[in-house]
Amino acid sequence: MITITNLSKIFKNGDVEIKALNNVSFEVPDGQFLMVTGRSGSGKSTLLYQMGLLDHPTEGSMFIDDIDISKLSSEDRTSIRLNILGYIFQDYAILPSLSSLENVMVPLLMLGMSEKEAGEKAMMALKKVGLADRSVNLPSQLSGGQQQRVAIARAIAHEPRIIFADEPTANLDSETSDQILKVFLDLNKEGQTIVMVTHEPEYAALGHRILVLADGVIVSDISKSS
Amino acid sequence: MPKKKSFIENLNLDYRVGLFLATRELKRANKWTTGLIVFVMLLTFLNLVVVGGILVGLIQGATEADKKYSTGDILISSFLNKSYIEKTPEVVSTIQTLPNFKSVVVRYTGSARVESNYRTTLKPGELRDGVGTTLLGINPQNEKEFSGIDSFVIEGSFLDQSDNDSVVLGKNLLYKYTPIEAPGFQSLKDISIGSRVRITSGDISKEYYVKGIIGSKVDSFDFSVIMVDSEARKIIGRGDFNANQIAIKLLDNADSNISKASLLASGVGENARVQTHEEAMPKFLKDIQNTFAILGNAISSIGLVVAAITIFIVIFVNAITRRRYIGILKGIGISKRAIIISYILQSIFYALIGSLLGVIVVFGLLKPYFAQNPINFPFSDGILVATVSGTFTRVLILLIATVIAGYIPARMVAKRNTLDAILGR
Repeated sequence: MITITNLSKIFKNGDVEIKALNNVSFEVPDGQFLMVTGRSGSGKSTLLYQMGLLDHPTEGSMFIDDIDISKLSSEDRTSIRLNILGYIFQDYAILPSLSSLENVMVPLLMLGMSEKEAGEKAMMALKKVGLADRSVNLPSQLSGGQQQRVAIARAIAHEPRIIFADEPTANLDSETSDQILKVFLDLNKEGQTIVMVTHEPEYAALGHRILVLADGVIVSDISKSS
Repeated sequence: MPKKKSFIENLNLDYRVGLFLATRELKRANKWTTGLIVFVMLLTFLNLVVVGGILVGLIQGATEADKKYSTGDILISSFLNKSYIEKTPEVVSTIQTLPNFKSVVVRYTGSARVESNYRTTLKPGELRDGVGTTLLGINPQNEKEFSGIDSFVIEGSFLDQSDNDSVVLGKNLLYKYTPIEAPGFQSLKDISIGSRVRITSGDISKEYYVKGIIGSKVDSFDFSVIMVDSEARKIIGRGDFNANQIAIKLLDNADSNISKASLLASGVGENARVQTHEEAMPKFLKDIQNTFAILGNAISSIGLVVAAITIFIVIFVNAITRRRYIGILKGIGISKRAIIISYILQSIFYALIGSLLGVIVVFGLLKPYFAQNPINFPFSDGILVATVSGTFTRVLILLIATVIAGYIPARMVAKRNTLDAILGR
């Protein structure tokens, strides 16, 4: 369970303050597929950065279960990102000097697995996203969709409890986007909590719940059951 | 919260991940860039070893020549308050019983004056063309075998035992080889092979033909008048066989200190001063050697700082241009320390390969080359001094400097805000 209370993120540019997030509060129960949507500049990505522990909020608190994230050291936040979270960046963010397999292996090695064990597990993740035949390729030898799938494989290989995906289909064609959405839906069926930022209404509709942001505040919170 | 690991477990994990990242980075790095960095490290290593090595080698060349041709491994000389070594024949007999004895040579020395134009009528106020020098009496055959002195003859020929009317002059006594015109410095002009010179020691004077001129870069020869021992004894008024110098060579790898101790135990020390080559080395040579070693180390230190800065810049540029890469690594949960270790390992790789190539160049190329073709300095044949332990120390220093130079920029970049790094802000 993720619990966010009065979360604000303020950017300062000289004397000008921009409230990217303004007093946002909500909860994400375990196993939920939460879609976060809204126009450009509404604060979607900023929210995801705070939830994914990549950035520090200006105000407010965030709990994952009973862990108060704001009280954690930088090392502990890194450890949580490694052990509990999986993060998929909008622009893939895969490491250019590592092959597909090695990209996926890195967090597994950091978790203490041997190279053999990490290699096997990474290969399973690549199979899951349909990229096993591209395991030795460098990112420069892959298409945008394939790179995104490597990023997904990296985010899911260590079976994190929560996956954050920042517009994972933004740069992809519709066929690849559908494939990637299917991967997320399958993962969610397996019990993983997914928080995904998207612009596409048809993809947003696939989640359990849609959170709509505008100017840093939640303007709509619709659960499918309701 | 994830279970906390011990410090050692974390360090081991960080090292493994750092090594994994570093090896992939190096494997897929631009070959030319890697080659250039390794080349810079090689030059730095050479700067560390060769510059100091040649500076020290200048003096080392002189001291080795002094040992090889003049003093040998052990030098026995008269006490400072005595004019000769007492019981010289007995001392020589004792020396020949040394376990590691190889050869011995006996020399007679004394001060003398050499004049060249003594037959010319001088104008009023004109001085004779003469020079104060050391007279060196030798057994030519023994000296040839001991020091190979005859190989240094640059004009004419060397002495034979029967050359009672001839001398060989050290080149530094002659104006044409040492054209110094300074107040108080005298040298002989218009001397050639066959010229006559007059040698005076005390009340005794005698004329000799110049049979040869010697240029050995060993001062005890190049500043001396060399003649056969029987003539030298006459000139310096030595009626017995008590000599002034006995030089001893030992077998290879023999410890001269042990042999010196044996000689002292045999009572040789009662009749003469017994010194190893190092002890007998002139103080000014020791001082120059120490000064050059300090100079070499100072220059090497500058080289080391340059190397450290080079590595710093390389790693810093590498880390800065890969700021996003580092941000992504942190974003997916890779620890700062693992990232820093990956950069340190890359730095170590550059330094190790550079040093390894440096060792090959120094020991496989430069050292043998300079041994065969010494640098021709006026006072010595310069060699390259590079000991295994000294080189190892320099490799170690270079590695330590490299680790520090790799650590600082990697840490600077790794501790930046993760999101800023990922977004390139």
